[in-house]
Amino acid sequence: MIKAKTLVPALAAAAMLSGAAYAETELTVYTAVEAEDLARYAETFNQDHPDIKINWVRDSTGVITAKLLAEKNNPQADVVWGLAATSLLVLKTEGMLEPYAPSGLDALDPRFRDADNPPSWVGMDAWVAAICFNTVEGEKLGLTAPTSWADLTKPEYAGHVVMPNPASSGTGFLDVSSWLQMFGEEKGWEYMDALHANIGAYTHSGSKPCKMAAAGETVIGVSFAFRGAKSKAEGAPIDIIVPSEGIGWDMESTAIVAGTANAEAAQTLVDWSITPKAMEMYNVGYAVVAIPGIAKPVEFFPEGITEAMIDNDFEWAANNRSAILEEWTKRYDTKSEPKG
Amino acid sequence: MTEMTAELPPGRRVRLSLDRDGIIKRIFMGVIALYLVAALALPLYAMLSKSFVTYGFDLARYEFQVSDETGTVWSEPVTAEALNAELGSVPADDLRSSSDGRLTATTFFPDFSFRSPVKYRMRGTTDDAPWLVGLDLKNTTDWQEYDSNTFRRINLRPVKSVGAQNYVEYFSNPTLFSSIQNSLYIAVVSTVLTVVFAFGFAYAINRSCMPFKGAFRMIAMMPILVPSLLPGIALIYLFGNQGMMKSLLMGQSIYGPLGIVIGSVFFTFPHALIIISTALSIADQRQYEAAESLRASKWRTFWTVTIPGARYGLISAAFVTFTLVITDFGLPKVIGGQYNVLAIDIYKQVIGQQNFEMGAVVSVILLIPAVVAFLVDRQVQKKQVSLLSARSVPYQPRPDRRLEALCLAWCGTMAVFIVGIIAICQYAALIRFWPYDLSLSLKNYAFDRMDGGGWAAYWNSIKLALMTAGIGTVVIFTGAYMVEKIDGFKTGRGLFQFLAMLPMAVPGMVLGLAYIFFFNNPANPLHFIYGTMIILVISTVTHFYTVGHLTALTALKQIDAEFEPVASSLRQPFYKLFARVTVPVCLPAILDISIYLFVNAMTTVSAVVFIYSTHTALASIAVLNMDDAGDIAPAAAMGMMIFYTNAGARILHALASRRILNRTQAWRLR
Repeated sequence: MIKAKTLVPALAAAAMLSGAAYAETELTVYTAVEAEDLARYAETFNQDHPDIKINWVRDSTGVITAKLLAEKNNPQADVVWGLAATSLLVLKTEGMLEPYAPSGLDALDPRFRDADNPPSWVGMDAWVAAICFNTVEGEKLGLTAPTSWADLTKPEYAGHVVMPNPASSGTGFLDVSSWLQMFGEEKGWEYMDALHANIGAYTHSGSKPCKMAAAGETVIGVSFAFRGAKSKAEGAPIDIIVPSEGIGWDMESTAIVAGTANAEAAQTLVDWSITPKAMEMYNVGYAVVAIPGIAKPVEFFPEGITEAMIDNDFEWAANNRSAILEEWTKRYDTKSEPKG
Repeated sequence: MTEMTAELPPGRRVRLSLDRDGIIKRIFMGVIALYLVAALALPLYAMLSKSFVTYGFDLARYEFQVSDETGTVWSEPVTAEALNAELGSVPADDLRSSSDGRLTATTFFPDFSFRSPVKYRMRGTTDDAPWLVGLDLKNTTDWQEYDSNTFRRINLRPVKSVGAQNYVEYFSNPTLFSSIQNSLYIAVVSTVLTVVFAFGFAYAINRSCMPFKGAFRMIAMMPILVPSLLPGIALIYLFGNQGMMKSLLMGQSIYGPLGIVIGSVFFTFPHALIIISTALSIADQRQYEAAESLRASKWRTFWTVTIPGARYGLISAAFVTFTLVITDFGLPKVIGGQYNVLAIDIYKQVIGQQNFEMGAVVSVILLIPAVVAFLVDRQVQKKQVSLLSARSVPYQPRPDRRLEALCLAWCGTMAVFIVGIIAICQYAALIRFWPYDLSLSLKNYAFDRMDGGGWAAYWNSIKLALMTAGIGTVVIFTGAYMVEKIDGFKTGRGLFQFLAMLPMAVPGMVLGLAYIFFFNNPANPLHFIYGTMIILVISTVTHFYTVGHLTALTALKQIDAEFEPVASSLRQPFYKLFARVTVPVCLPAILDISIYLFVNAMTTVSAVVFIYSTHTALASIAVLNMDDAGDIAPAAAMGMMIFYTNAGARILHALASRRILNRTQAWRLR
């Protein structure tokens, strides 16, 4: 397999030298996009570019980021397509991304691109925090649905709130960094202290709290809207709540890995990744996409998401990530006695 | 032949001259030893050195200049180190960092204001002086100029060095440190319970006339066929917040130590049972007769004859259970809740925080209890002396109604527990949407719609299991043959034995992490196997090497050492002897090794969790990842697929063994 991988660039170079016009290029693309969407993404892309074959390497955000970092001195990926911007920022600080201005860049909402010129990454769609509330279990326990982040600290929810651990989940970090940005450092930590008293469990993954709420394993799951909409579509008795203070968000984004031997094909893919056609493709699952005005409402997605998205300072979040996680772990991760 | 020369009266030192067979055997042994070095010793060394890689801010590497308000007159260059010595703004402790650390440059300029027209210049004094402007990495010895508003976005980045700092940090971090206590607590409690349960079970099977022994024995072995995280999933369905029997817990939560302990008892039970059962199967009837004639009560006989006779087995079982629990990762991940244990810490450090150095530190810590348990066990094994002499009379249990009823109750309870856990998983896998839609469906088997790798992962697992069984059996058996049947070469054999025993003490996760450090290094000529099926096979074979090696040795020791000299005097090369005599005679053991490797390759999570790649996703990993994503029912479904596959393999193995035994082992019967 690896042999083939080292052969491909060599062959590609040979093909170019001999002037062969039409050689199929293979791109190794690292992604954290949901497994069930991958085939659809590749197919839609190949409608326009049949000559580029995508070899997906998919895993959860944390694992893919770890993998990219581990391969820092010998990158295996050509392109990263569909990874949290926060992760790409980490890669950028390591000098692992190749800046490139794709055609059609100007159409993007400025929040959905790296501010540098040329940008090191471009956004695809937003992935926003939300609260999943199990109405059946809520009624059994006589709980009313929360409408804000502040509500979650009410004593009546004690033990009924599950949220992802920010140290192992991108969604968890997104929540924590958004609270610190919205409430300010001091108030933010005070809020988390109060919330901690109500937490039943911190999970390792960001989708699990919502799935737990969907299955009644907990009443309130702090998760993301996309997951909630999917569970609701499967028939789970949940409400997806957009807290009134505003919601943290991150975006799935695309970047070229520095040192790729297939720069041309990689650029073609990144160009395509921000076309209106691609946006429509993302819109099947995500309600907010990078080009304004394209997205149609997605079934079961709560209203008013775009307005609720906070002005997220990704640079601040990336540069303070390590310090925030250290503080968080010190405060809350020592909890050795679990709660129901 | 060596034995003969050794007995001669002292004279001229006789040197064994190597014949061709001797050379070939040494080459073979050398090759397998080399395998063990590359697959075990070197990766562990790579991990150990990684744990000493530290990151810190080296202030001497950065130089600054500050302009006046006109932005034209510049101050003398001054290093950050000098500034810090003057201001004391960053204490030495805070200069230590992790690979992801940041230090704001404005820290060294107390007068800094982002509105000021003052400009700043900075440069590195060496080639490796990284800093960030916003998120842009800079690393240069040329002066770079920034205005105040940009300068506030500058962060210094830590540089690599070597030292014990990670360990200091580990032991001063209460969170990480409490994991050691938690791990030990869980392991000790689970060990005590498992050994007690397994002892009762083994006692009933070996020392009573209880009926249904065969069925009980079979049920007791079932947990070996499933990944260790499956009982965790079953416990969620039984005692979770929507559990069927939640009220039984009386408000206690299953998430945490309780769940881990129950699950641990489930998955370590067969391992403990095998060892204790072996110890109890041998007893001398005469000791019991003596006790009886001395009018010792049954109770007293039990404590003075039975327990001492089985004590080595009990100690051994305890250490094996302890090691299995403390190194297990799947169960605490699924049902541990907020209860941190060492194995989970490694995962969180590596996968969650990408802090590979700290992951290596925790791995080294996790190695300690496992190695200690292993060493103690080896010592105990050495003391074990033969209980049976030529004059012994094998113990025959006598019918005893009350004892049998008690035994039946004991084994019945365990059997219900084991079958119950597995049945719950199967039931859960077939439910459409627990607990709101209890209709049956196969929707949870649509693995391709979930995280974890889909059905491809299942087929990959089968491929891995077959390759591990095939390649592993050949490597392990050949290695054992060479080390057992080689003449002389004592040091080499000793070293080989040590290498072959070592995997037993190395937790799978530790091995896997060590593989990342070793094989994912572009400078390593073996780098090409990284991310392929080969590395998974190597990791699995190595992780389970020891038990196979011991099985092979036991079988080989049964073959008279005279065969080799006879064959050699008949001028038959050793490989003919190996193919015509050794392998056929040892076939039952060879089959045992291969089924052992197959089953474990299907169920292992820890040995592969860090080194599988997208194209080599595995069923056991899929169980883990689907549970992680909250898809518990599909996780149970995949776990049951592993169970049925392993059960099928076991049945095939039993049939094949019987046929082969009939054909090749007739000599055993006279």
